[in-house]
Amino acid sequence: MPESDVSPGENTHWSGDVHAVLKDLGVRQVVYVPDAGHKRLIEMCAADPDMVATQLTTEEEGIAMLSGAFLGGDRGVLLMQSSGVGNCMNMLSLTYACRFPLLMLVTMRGQWGEFVSWQMPTAKNTPKMLQLYDVLVQEADRIEEVAEIVEAAGRTAFDGPNAVAVLISQRVIGSKKFTR
Amino acid sequence: MPADMQPTLNNDPATRANNYTLRRREVIARILADRPKDLLIVVGLGTPSFDIVAAGDTDLTFHLWGAMGSAISIGIGLAQARPQNRVLVTTGDGEMLMGLGSLATAMVHKPANLTVVVTDNERYGATGMQTTHTAYDVNVPEMARAAGWPITGTVTSAVELETAVPNILRAPGPVFYAIKVRAEEDGMLLPPKDGVMLRDRFRKALLGPSAIF
Repeated sequence: MPESDVSPGENTHWSGDVHAVLKDLGVRQVVYVPDAGHKRLIEMCAADPDMVATQLTTEEEGIAMLSGAFLGGDRGVLLMQSSGVGNCMNMLSLTYACRFPLLMLVTMRGQWGEFVSWQMPTAKNTPKMLQLYDVLVQEADRIEEVAEIVEAAGRTAFDGPNAVAVLISQRVIGSKKFTR
Repeated sequence: MPADMQPTLNNDPATRANNYTLRRREVIARILADRPKDLLIVVGLGTPSFDIVAAGDTDLTFHLWGAMGSAISIGIGLAQARPQNRVLVTTGDGEMLMGLGSLATAMVHKPANLTVVVTDNERYGATGMQTTHTAYDVNVPEMARAAGWPITGTVTSAVELETAVPNILRAPGPVFYAIKVRAEEDGMLLPPKDGVMLRDRFRKALLGPSAIF
């Protein structure tokens, strides 16, 4: 079954605003597992000479990498899809035990017009899993509020220090379409 | 010579590491004897952490007490933040095997200041000395070499260790060594356990007093 990426990635004009917010926050290391919703933002961060964008094999590497980055004086952000939150659970004990600042931007799957039921269990439990590890959850449901929420989350994360996840609704990024 | 008189090479996964020549405490002490003052160390949980304490703990050492599989990834983030410092990750084979993906992630930017040293006793030391996968000839330095790490190797003798030490501390990397060490239980020498304290002492020593919250 061929997969069409027409929908996700289309509604990414919020990406430029979020990139500007991340620069203002002093974010240098951007670590990510690719997602269609983050496609444009990842490209902008990778092209930014003041940022170091590093792709991961799995999301929990990002929690660890940003902890190391902070030990060395760098601020960072983790870009990922909600399916990867389940992968992060034990690694969040590092954030918890050492109170490392953590800013996660999570694009949601399994939430709004989801075509693949396999995405549902982790999506349904994404906020709960994060909250179990004392990660503050802030949800962005409309395009125009994404950048503002990321800015507030970033200040909470880096001034705290706190762990904060911004969950970007599937409604904002568009649901994936499949065609036969 | 009759076949039954030839020396047999013990390749039994459960016991072969019991006779390895190198001793873990001596290996770490040897490497750190030549360390530059500004060496940054990330050390995986358990016995590798106690080995560092035995050799001399410093504020620029970040000890892990959990988050198994994180040590190399923490080292990558730190090395990318501090290209002016050498970053040494020391960890055990069990911890390392839980973070194999980091061998690939390190190759995105290939931080030249990063070295990983695995003290490989082919055992999970904290849970009863059960075998790890390296006891079954899984060759992690070869995995690192295949991933593109420019300097990799397995060290099995004191002579090989002397050759490796300058690479570990100074060669443009990333550098990856597995050092085969005898499977034995050394005394527990516990580093500080409080995560916030470990975080703050490291940042204060590296970045100055304004770096703590």
